[in-house]
Amino acid sequence: MGMIEHKTMDQRRKGSAALDEARLRQQAIGVKLRQMFDDVVSEPVPDEFLDILRRADRATGES
Amino acid sequence: MAGEEKSRRETPVDEARDTIFKKELVQLIPHLRAFARTLTGDPTAADDLAQDAMMKAWDARASFQLGTNMKAWTFMILRNQFYSEKRRSWRQSQLDQEAAERTLVAVDDPEAPVALDELRLGLSMLPPEQREALILVGAGGFAYEEAADICGCAVGTVKSRVSRARKALQLILEDGSYDRDGASAGDAMRSILADAERLSTVR
Repeated sequence: MGMIEHKTMDQRRKGSAALDEARLRQQAIGVKLRQMFDDVVSEPVPDEFLDILRRADRATGES
Repeated sequence: MAGEEKSRRETPVDEARDTIFKKELVQLIPHLRAFARTLTGDPTAADDLAQDAMMKAWDARASFQLGTNMKAWTFMILRNQFYSEKRRSWRQSQLDQEAAERTLVAVDDPEAPVALDELRLGLSMLPPEQREALILVGAGGFAYEEAADICGCAVGTVKSRVSRARKALQLILEDGSYDRDGASAGDAMRSILADAERLSTVR
């Protein structure tokens, strides 16, 4: 009985360690995902974007 | 001439509203570019897509209620634009794969952490609806409810897609089933773990 309980405890410990490891991996993937996205967000915006918008804004006034 | 132009504008209120709208839209451009990049995988195609979405948003500005979530609204426009173009191009899935491979090859800096490329390639292997859900929630910072609005589906659907995407991505990265030449299985996950640890100690 004692042996069985001990084994169960051990398994539980192993189970929670695996769970921690899985959580750690998911966190790491999350960090990298945000980095991938934020890298592009922090790039300077090409002038083209603002040029197009400026032209469109001017066209609005003329229409 | 300039005065004539001005007098033809609808009302000063609309003009002021346009100015506010434009200012907010300009601030969203970097985010639109990032979202477009994750959808297309190709920087040039992504900027074309982001520009189209920006102009669609500008043209539809009258239908946008100021003070509501413009980021989610523009992301929805960009996403719709992407899928309507995709429908027109039957070769797109093939192109996605080519773009992912090109992105991978394009990195020639030997010092560059390998993890990001592995992640990009891993993402490209996910079903599109799982990939976009994970990106919106996991990288774009959207709540499940907002992501559901953007994708036009139920909140529960987004939750299950994100959850499945996370599991699948982890498996891909651990198994090395993307089979990058030279790299042994599990290397991607190891470098992502190491890189994430490095980033968290730096921050």
